Amino acid sequence: MSPRPTARRPRPDAARRDPSTTRSPAAVRRGPTARRRAARTGQYLALLGYLVFLAFPLLWLVSTAFKPPRELASLHPGWIPDHPTLDNFRQAFEEQPLLRSAGNSLIVSLAAAVISVVIVTPMAYVMARHHRSSLSRAATGWIVVSQAFPFVLVIIPLFLVLKEVRLIDSLSGLIMVYVVWSLPFALWMLAGYARAVPRELEEAAAVDGAGRLRVLISVTMPLLTPGIVATALFAFITAWNEFFFALVLLKSPRKQTMPIILTHFIGTEGVADLGPLAAASLLATLPSLVLFAFIQRRITSGTLAGAVKH
Amino acid sequence: MRRRTLLAASATGALLSGCAPERRRATGGRITLRFQSLAWQRESVVANKQLVGEWNAAHPDIRVEYVQGSWDGVHDQLLTSFEGGEAPDIIHDATDDLADFAYGGYLADLTDLLPRRLKAEIPPRTWQTATFDGGVHGVPFLQEPRVLIANRTLLERARVRIPTPERPWSWAEFEDAAEELTRDGTYGVAWPLKEPVSATLNLSLSTGGKVFHRGADGKVTVRFDPADQRVPRVIHDQLGGDRTAARTTLGMGGSDTLPGFFGGKYAMVPLGFSYRQQITQQAPKGFAWTVLPSPAGPGGDQRQGVSPQTLSIAADSPYQREAARFIDFLLRPPHMVRLARGDWMLPTGRTALRDPALRTRRHGWATGTALAGQLRPAPAQTVRGYPEWKDKVATPSLQEYYSGAIGMGELRERLVDDGNLVLARYQR
Repeated sequence: MSPRPTARRPRPDAARRDPSTTRSPAAVRRGPTARRRAARTGQYLALLGYLVFLAFPLLWLVSTAFKPPRELASLHPGWIPDHPTLDNFRQAFEEQPLLRSAGNSLIVSLAAAVISVVIVTPMAYVMARHHRSSLSRAATGWIVVSQAFPFVLVIIPLFLVLKEVRLIDSLSGLIMVYVVWSLPFALWMLAGYARAVPRELEEAAAVDGAGRLRVLISVTMPLLTPGIVATALFAFITAWNEFFFALVLLKSPRKQTMPIILTHFIGTEGVADLGPLAAASLLATLPSLVLFAFIQRRITSGTLAGAVKH
Repeated sequence: MRRRTLLAASATGALLSGCAPERRRATGGRITLRFQSLAWQRESVVANKQLVGEWNAAHPDIRVEYVQGSWDGVHDQLLTSFEGGEAPDIIHDATDDLADFAYGGYLADLTDLLPRRLKAEIPPRTWQTATFDGGVHGVPFLQEPRVLIANRTLLERARVRIPTPERPWSWAEFEDAAEELTRDGTYGVAWPLKEPVSATLNLSLSTGGKVFHRGADGKVTVRFDPADQRVPRVIHDQLGGDRTAARTTLGMGGSDTLPGFFGGKYAMVPLGFSYRQQITQQAPKGFAWTVLPSPAGPGGDQRQGVSPQTLSIAADSPYQREAARFIDFLLRPPHMVRLARGDWMLPTGRTALRDPALRTRRHGWATGTALAGQLRPAPAQTVRGYPEWKDKVATPSLQEYYSGAIGMGELRERLVDDGNLVLARYQR
């Protein structure tokens, strides 16, 4: 629905100040509308520019994946391959176990996402409802501190701990690491969503006779769904893309995840088998894209808009 | 208590995904060795896997499991594996990455493990590249010289003398040739200097450059004498003086220069010998290219530094003798030739180097094999603290020098003064 134009009354002294700029009432009515349209056009252009900026690497990846080797080394590369080929995909599948590694990545990422959400949801709710408590403050402190440690600092102690419990070279061990690694940020993220759920809605349900559990299940959880989905997506993508822990913790070729397999197309001094690498990378981005396409509707904000009148 | 908690966590994890950890074991007299290979080019992976298959067929009681590793992040991955006692038995790496592992006691000394045949097959100067504190911690088996890949059409049009391994260009002749080749929007040369340190140091051997000097007390110091300055000065002058080298390639890796090379923007590109594989794959149809030896120093000195690829054995491996037998099998001359051809590199073995397949003029193989006798350990090979000196001091300083931001005096000061501070920390 387009916004309704609002006429602004001309100031009585305007014409007196500059007769040459005196506008008819119709022009005065059009003025703000035209400005608004121009602003809207500008916004759309900026958005388009941003989308192009975001999409550029993906589109280039698609283009590269279908180019034969000679076009990859062209001085003036184009967007559309002159001689599109599926050879890069064939070569990627022939040389590396892409399906098996994708399966491993899927197991690890889905498990990490589900476990993270299961752990984080009640914690986030408590943090949001008791944000002044010392427990909540301690949790916030933990989140901040946990982000300060780089991978390389924790990897050796982590390796030794996992070795002690015989979880080296195991997808279970990797899942545990991913859950622990994504937990602080996921908690911080979901606590933000939980804080946005108005307490008044829970109180209204309680007044209507709903018990604590009923309020949580029928009122809070549905309103928290976008946050839970976003958190799960965050945990999934973090695990799906993670390289270093998987590189260090997995030994058997059969257990390697997708990011590890992708590096097998890269040699010394950064030399890469570009075509197959692009083809494999394109395949690696698909699950995230598909997942996002399915659940983006649930992430859209505004579920709570107008829920409470202040 | 802590142990119980960890075990409980382990059990939970195993239940969640149903993927129990797998352990290497020796059962019923059968041994399993884990071989982590960093081979990545298709032909090379195929050659490695075939050889492992042949070994397994012939040795049912010593099974080798091929583990595909990656050059990307291999140092951190190996370090963690060593620390955790989970390293592969047989480790593929390169000599410039071995120093920390060798000095750290993570790699077995192979002196008494390797058969006499293999020891005699590889020249002593090549063994030096993997010798640390008197112990041999890797078998150097593949190496690559830096060569000039040139556009043959442009060379012939410019009517410059085509250098050969027997009669290479001097550095002065190389500068003249680059000048002759610079015309009509074409640069004589493109120096891919994203990683300027190894290229500079390795080529500087031809002019007598050493940079790292070991004193009588065994301590290493950095110097940057006139002999060390010759090659950097040539590159600097080509980039900023006579403009015979393209400045745009300063931040590029070797592969990045190839589109410009194929498009006629650059007449010559100094690259590793193995880049020929990419060139054969990507060059436009009809594109004529050739492999030239790198320029020589005074008296036709063609020495240059290399960091060969190696096979090592983990010090923790309980099956070191069996691992050494596998390495010996993998590096028999015909096998070494297969590995070399797969990686488009040169084998280190004397017999392998004589193989006719590596003596052909096709794809410049003959030029490379003719240079094999001139390859020496890269100057920094066994220096502790070299990686830090390279990353924190030499790389930014050389990049600034080549871009014209600093002069030779400032470069020397940084490499020597800052560099010696870094090395001193490793030699206390």
